[in-house]
Amino acid sequence: MDKRKVYLDNNSTTPLDPRVLDVMFPFLKEKWGNPNNIHVWGREAREAVETARENIKRMINCRDGNVYFTSGGTESNNWALKGIAFANIDKGKHIITTKIEHKCVLNTCKWLEKQGFEVTYLNVDREGFIDFDELEDALRKDTILVSIMLANNEIGTLEPVREACELVKDKSNAYFHTDACQAIGKMEVDVESLGVDLMTISAHKFYGPKGIGALFIRNGVKIDPLLHGGGQEKNMRSGTENVAGIVGMGKAAELVMKELDADKEKLRRFQKMIIEEILEKVKRTHLNGPSDLEKRLPGNVNFSVEGVEGESIVMMLDDYGIAVSTGSACSSKQLIPSHVLMAIGLKPEVAHGSVRISAGRFNTDEDIAYFLEVFPGVISKLRSISPLWQG
Amino acid sequence: MSELYSEKLIEHFRNPKNAGEIKDADVRVTVGNPVCGDVMTFTMKVRREKDKEIIEDIKFKTFGCAAAIASSDILAELAKGKTIEEAKTLSYKDIVRELGGLPPVKVHCTQMAVDGLKKLIEEYERKKKRNHC
Ligand SMILES: Cc1ncc(COP(=O)(O)O)c(C=O)c1O
Repeated sequence: MDKRKVYLDNNSTTPLDPRVLDVMFPFLKEKWGNPNNIHVWGREAREAVETARENIKRMINCRDGNVYFTSGGTESNNWALKGIAFANIDKGKHIITTKIEHKCVLNTCKWLEKQGFEVTYLNVDREGFIDFDELEDALRKDTILVSIMLANNEIGTLEPVREACELVKDKSNAYFHTDACQAIGKMEVDVESLGVDLMTISAHKFYGPKGIGALFIRNGVKIDPLLHGGGQEKNMRSGTENVAGIVGMGKAAELVMKELDADKEKLRRFQKMIIEEILEKVKRTHLNGPSDLEKRLPGNVNFSVEGVEGESIVMMLDDYGIAVSTGSACSSKQLIPSHVLMAIGLKPEVAHGSVRISAGRFNTDEDIAYFLEVFPGVISKLRSISPLWQG
Repeated sequence: MSELYSEKLIEHFRNPKNAGEIKDADVRVTVGNPVCGDVMTFTMKVRREKDKEIIEDIKFKTFGCAAAIASSDILAELAKGKTIEEAKTLSYKDIVRELGGLPPVKVHCTQMAVDGLKKLIEEYERKKKRNHC
């Protein structure tokens, strides 16, 4: 009998939707033209790229701006931060972000600090939310950019981006960027209602391929390109387009528009089942991130399990064919627990016992039932050999 | 050294043979710190045979990653049956070799297990001295 396999790590990456692969395939096989050429090969590719762009713009309700294709979330975040920083140096050199952004934002900020920019890292509360007063106090005359993520990838916190953006626009001249990598495909994301100037998107978080993403830029935003070259993407992002990737991302966006309501409803249901049942069945387990599921990324669950270390949970579940993640130091290269878990005030020993379970479009009720059946036993087994557990 | 865990390591993690505690142990020690993410406790029983002191049994309880658990188990396995003097020469390299390699960032887990054995022996010898006085 084949071993059962259950993928519950959809916040790391999502499976490629087979319908996405189907539309990508011809662009790898026979429609390999360069969209910058005017001959028939080129025109065929160009048309596909522009159709994809239209789908993505529609998905995020982009009416006053454009989306530019990049190599993914990391590049889009690097571009947004560095591009705004260097294009607006005459207005100031101050940037505001949060302590729980993805590393590609935080490490870009650290690099910008070395280039002479000043960065304020906002604190978050125990559930991961920013504080409006702290944000308002941090705003200065020379603040050029505020970057706050829409949904946190570890603990699922949905930051109040619309309100934060309103506050920033009200009190300053700074641009507002949001990293929406995790949110897209799991909940409605509308750049008009959010009011943001820039937004990062990554295809592999919504059932598209890896290595392709986009940056939404509102009309009138002053930004430098990150990559200079042949002038593709209206001179904003040079390099011959990743046509198959773009086509795949466009299809993934089309599917999100069609299926978001059903996906979201399902992810909410699975999330609720996992949280309720594990908290009840596995004693001394705590939920990290928002307990109000309306303020939490659908499908995301993050627990701290007392007495066991996160990586050992991941490895033991892997043995049962179940894939999850951990913010424990042991799983990282730095041997310190995740910066997100530290920022919400977890003690290191509690952070070491964290495990993230994230459901996606392709999970079934059977998957969740299997996880719920296996998880308590895995924890008991690890606790039975733990010196920190006195059962 | 591989970036991934070997099959052997995973097997020791999955089915550790030396997990638990010896109820009538001669010594018991703890190494590590929960703040750093690894804690190991070891219990050891020693038997005397003529003028030799032989490690009859070692058991461990470990809070830590798969590498920490597997290292603890291998350590117990390697030390069992050895004399105290022989056991003093065990190094983390012996464990890494026995595990079939280890990702470099995990070597500290193995070192911790060896530190545990050192501490067991120190504690054992200290106790012995005290009893002789
Ligand atoms: C919140 C967030 N931002 C950015 C990224 C980076 O995206 P990518 O993997 O496409 O570079 C990720 C995913 O790894 C993410 O979760």
